[in-house]
Amino acid sequence: MEYFLELFMGGLIRGSIYALIALGYTMVYGIIELINFAHGEIYMIGAFTALIVASVLAVMGVHQLAILAIAMLAAIVYSSAYGFTVEKIAYKPLRHAPRLSPLISAIGMSIFLQNYVLLAQTSDFLPFPSLIPDFKFLEPYSSILRPTELVILLTTGVVMLLLTLLIKFTKIGKAMRATAQDRTMALLVGVNVNQVISITFVIGSALAAIGGVLIASHIGQINFFIGFIAGIKAFTAAVLGGIGSVPGAVLGSFVLGLTESFATGYVSSDYEDVFAFALLVLILIFRPGGLLGKSSTQKV
Amino acid sequence: MLKVNGISTCYGNIQALKNISMEVAEGEIITLIGANGAGKTTTLMSISGVVPPWQGEILFLGRPIHTMSPDKIVALGISHVPEGRHIFPYLTVAENLDMGAYLRSDTENIKKDMAYIWELFPILSERRRQQGGTLSGGEQQMLAISRALMARPRLLLLDEPSLGLAPLIVKQIFEIIKKINIESNTTIFLVEQNANMALKIAHRGYVMENGVITMADSSRNLLSDDAVKKAYLGL
Repeated sequence: MEYFLELFMGGLIRGSIYALIALGYTMVYGIIELINFAHGEIYMIGAFTALIVASVLAVMGVHQLAILAIAMLAAIVYSSAYGFTVEKIAYKPLRHAPRLSPLISAIGMSIFLQNYVLLAQTSDFLPFPSLIPDFKFLEPYSSILRPTELVILLTTGVVMLLLTLLIKFTKIGKAMRATAQDRTMALLVGVNVNQVISITFVIGSALAAIGGVLIASHIGQINFFIGFIAGIKAFTAAVLGGIGSVPGAVLGSFVLGLTESFATGYVSSDYEDVFAFALLVLILIFRPGGLLGKSSTQKV
Repeated sequence: MLKVNGISTCYGNIQALKNISMEVAEGEIITLIGANGAGKTTTLMSISGVVPPWQGEILFLGRPIHTMSPDKIVALGISHVPEGRHIFPYLTVAENLDMGAYLRSDTENIKKDMAYIWELFPILSERRRQQGGTLSGGEQQMLAISRALMARPRLLLLDEPSLGLAPLIVKQIFEIIKKINIESNTTIFLVEQNANMALKIAHRGYVMENGVITMADSSRNLLSDDAVKKAYLGL
């Protein structure tokens, strides 16, 4: 039972991180129907930013919690700036081009950013400091839930709640939904669609940065390539849940995270990816739109 | 109020409009009639800035708008109800109306305007929490017009409001259009294939063929014109 719980918690942790990244994929896809392959790199850049900021602050002797807060904030700001700029440089000029062009541009951006970090930093794995303090009250449960895991779960929960409120009730949230559903009509009611697209990239990047910092702090090391794998997995999760759907991305992430965790625990860690992608294939056979994907029938 | 001076517009490689000029005075209902593919929708798209003309100019209240982005044009007071209604399918009826008032920030007046819409279309009020995509065609058309009104437009562009609706609903929609024109002094630019209905409520009309304006006259004269009768009224 304890082993089961351990695997279950492990799945939730993976799911949380996937969800934080997958939301960026799904929101961007919902609005401009583009798979932003450079999104994983934004996550990686978030982790690197946090590492640099945290290293400097640690030398200065700043308190651990303050380091966490400042490093997180720096990662969010820096990654958002990258997300914003990538859209302006690589996607906006191709807004009216055939759909394959921005996709190729996205892959190019992804490779560019990976190599940029590789050259600017290093190809080695860098140790990432544990930014999250040890909570005394968690000690009896340490085999099931470690402090970093608690922080990951809580942060993810709060972020999801805030995002839901933003999308559901704020003016910009409504504009995002309207733009996703009918871009021409959004223009006709006066929505500045370029602005909405930029904001979507910024929000997605900020979420990815949060994910990047949390997981780096949990695993304890990063390199320039972590964005690729995490990005592919999160993208899989978004497709699993129904690309374009926000609740779908979250559900897909948890389904994927739990599947991987149990497959690793009960079968073999060698088969982790096999199970993940077998699940994807199965779901796409029986529900081509993904778990919560919207059906394409609607009244005209 | 609106002055279109010799605009030409292209869709890809196809020239949809050739040197179109027209004028709309404040408080008027004018209609643009013509066959499918004549360029009526493109004319409206050019005015609202979605498909900017590549030649000529469009003046609204004396200001050139043909180089402005659609959101700036909406802010100046032009609302466009596009062909096919374009309801946001997964937003509720009330949220669709909120989107109509997107550029406004006078919360109190927005509430009043929404109350006016519920009064004008009680059926929408009943369905205010329903998703837009679940409404019937007639209800969607009412919602599309209401959403445009939420911007408090001075000029309302209506593209084929009768398309695909039952005759009884069409009659109701046209009565509402007339009411909007009289009660709130909103100028109306109506594009219609149902030339008969359109000319009955409009003051003046333009006839368009293959991207060119072929006739411009008062509705009364157009209704009794032999060529119009034969081509568009089915008489």
